[in-house]
Amino acid sequence: MHFPQKVAVIGAGMTKFMRRAKETGKELAFLAAKMALLDAGLEIDDIDAVVCVSAPDAFDGVHMKGEYLSDGAGAFCKPYMRSYVGGGSGVFAIINGWYHIASGYFKTCLVVAEEKMSSSMPHPQGIFNAIYDQFLERPLGVNLLWIFSLEMNRYMSVHKIPLETIALVAVKNKKNGLDHPCAQEGIPGNYTVEEIVNSEIMCWPVTRLMVSPVTDGAAAIVLASEDFVKKRYKDPVWIEGVGWHLDTSYWTNRDLYYPRYVEYAARMAYDMAGIKDPRKEIHVVEPYDPFAYKELHHLEGLLLADKGEAPKLLEKGFWDRDTLNGIPSSPSGGLLGVGNPIAAAGLMKVIEIYWQLKGMAGKRQVKKEVKRGLAQAWGDLMQVGTVVILGK
Amino acid sequence: MNERVAIIGIGYTQLRPLSPDVSFREMIYEAAVKAYNDAGIEPKDVDTFVAISEDYNEGTAIFDEYVPDQIGAVLKPVHTITQDAITAISACVMQIKTGIFNIAVLEGHSKASNILYPSHIEAFALDPISIRPLGFNPLFLAGLEMQRFLLERGCNEYHCALVVSKNKKNAMKNPIAAYPGEISISDVLSSNPVSFPLKELDISKRADGAFVIILARESIAKKLSDKPVYIEGIGWCQETPNIEKRDLVNALYLTYAANMAYSQAGIRNPLKEIDFAEIDDTFSYKELQHIEALGISRSGESGNMLEEGYFDFDGELPVNVSGGSLGCGNLYDANGLRGICEAVLQLREEAGERQIPACEIGLVASWKGLPSASGGVLILSNRE
Repeated sequence: MHFPQKVAVIGAGMTKFMRRAKETGKELAFLAAKMALLDAGLEIDDIDAVVCVSAPDAFDGVHMKGEYLSDGAGAFCKPYMRSYVGGGSGVFAIINGWYHIASGYFKTCLVVAEEKMSSSMPHPQGIFNAIYDQFLERPLGVNLLWIFSLEMNRYMSVHKIPLETIALVAVKNKKNGLDHPCAQEGIPGNYTVEEIVNSEIMCWPVTRLMVSPVTDGAAAIVLASEDFVKKRYKDPVWIEGVGWHLDTSYWTNRDLYYPRYVEYAARMAYDMAGIKDPRKEIHVVEPYDPFAYKELHHLEGLLLADKGEAPKLLEKGFWDRDTLNGIPSSPSGGLLGVGNPIAAAGLMKVIEIYWQLKGMAGKRQVKKEVKRGLAQAWGDLMQVGTVVILGK
Repeated sequence: MNERVAIIGIGYTQLRPLSPDVSFREMIYEAAVKAYNDAGIEPKDVDTFVAISEDYNEGTAIFDEYVPDQIGAVLKPVHTITQDAITAISACVMQIKTGIFNIAVLEGHSKASNILYPSHIEAFALDPISIRPLGFNPLFLAGLEMQRFLLERGCNEYHCALVVSKNKKNAMKNPIAAYPGEISISDVLSSNPVSFPLKELDISKRADGAFVIILARESIAKKLSDKPVYIEGIGWCQETPNIEKRDLVNALYLTYAANMAYSQAGIRNPLKEIDFAEIDDTFSYKELQHIEALGISRSGESGNMLEEGYFDFDGELPVNVSGGSLGCGNLYDANGLRGICEAVLQLREEAGERQIPACEIGLVASWKGLPSASGGVLILSNRE
């Protein structure tokens, strides 16, 4: 395979995650972009191109949201692109930035992810009705919780997983989130399995504490080419592989127990990174966990566990942050522990891998020595997998 | 990777004011099948797909969901770009240039007839805190910009009417055009005022249609196609989204985008070196404003050059021989794709009645539409 120009991550920044930010979306984007630039030691004039991602326009009630966020993201009179794969956009952002630089067109690229969900009143779940098929599904008055409960039920039935095991994901992530300085207030915490299982049922079998919250926030990273990095930075973090795949829109025609789109995306990324045995070669992982079962579902899709094995490994502590034999999963606290501003949450996961590889994760630093990490996001109608592999 | 990227296949549907008989999926499917036949490949040969859409225009949040099936992209790398067509085609070009992908497909469509009140949708693109509460129709902005442009650049309403008349006449020779016609200058000048000095006929009417374009790296393109059309330069740019901060005279976004594209293509004097151009004309004055921004004319001279016939079909640099948006219909984000398809037809010498003889280099310039300030420039050629 032809290996493209190498691309490095040289800076990252993120705002605090909040239920209702007083800042506008533009301001959130600005804050994150500014922090990323400071981290990289660059000025906006050093940036050749800007990439911005944000999930549905309807959250902010702004048409052409990419256009709206552009000045906050620092794109004035610069090549600017907004890419979009629904909830997978957060991790897709770095992929979009990656091909800007790997193509040889640009030396540096600022990647910004912003989400302000609190603007939609009374609750963003109302917006999610508009993602369904106009004729067949929307008139049923469905939202996202409904489709997730179907998928969770199917996953639990096929592999005979007890609800208590799935609740362990929420216990782990909400505990990890306690150490994240940007975590949304009231979201991380020390919970017991009973508290998670017995919390209010949203749509059976999904309970309130198994769902990630509604959040406002932004995150940003700076990418640069090999030539640019060589002169200025010591041991940067490199993008080793990227992958993304989109499955059919007709989600009703798929067996929901296994996310094959994640597997395809992961295989694409592993091929690019030259990874033969991901279970040995990936040292830390940030799978997308908007719902508790989703983390396990995705770990299986990423080929880090056999089908149906991820919950068993969870019970053994294989995915814990301070594991020495396993693979730490969601050391940041993930979406369940930090908050879920959709697009920004995906980039937050990428940033966590960047900090873990740099040894800058503070209290969240995993015990294992890490040389390569993977972040993954999921989106659309249970349809898209986006994967990025970073390495030292 | 130093290889160029080429367009090896295009597919498009008839452009129509209404299309009640087909869904957007069926429209895209038709365009995709035509494009795959044109390129002589199958969807399984494609490595990556890019689609263009804006949620509000589609009436669906996360429209990305409904992209893959009709273009044969199920379980393939697909993503959406919510910008104008040339920014989206640059996503394809960059992916091929990484060296990992060989063949890319770009899809864009318009189902504008589904939108009941288009200006209500456009109003949602205005700043929700400082501008939207003023409660004006975004066409007011176009009128404001037109007035300022005409005042500063010494053009007048007559020149704008000339653009409408030229483009609608050109569209008479384009079989896919939705709004061709022989319209006189006085017809335009006497049409109903919308937002002074903008009049009804200065505004392009909406149309439905779908486009699919297939791109490949040079070595593959030469094997697959007899007449590959190469991308020599590409540029895209975003100006400020704050309408109160724009100068309303210069289309800065196109100037920056053009500089990027010209430097890649090695173009110094666009008027001499380019053989034809497809330039965004969503509003009549936009064509003149964009011609100046692209450096095809000096500032203030676009109107006079138009009058002297520089931009006519048989002029020095024919502009919008396809009929542009005024003649073919406004397709929102797909406007640029119509321009690209026209340029490919011209460079392959397949444009029929409207073929420009011996053309080698074409320019396509797109604008994202009201009330945005972003756009892109693409330089295409058939030179080996």
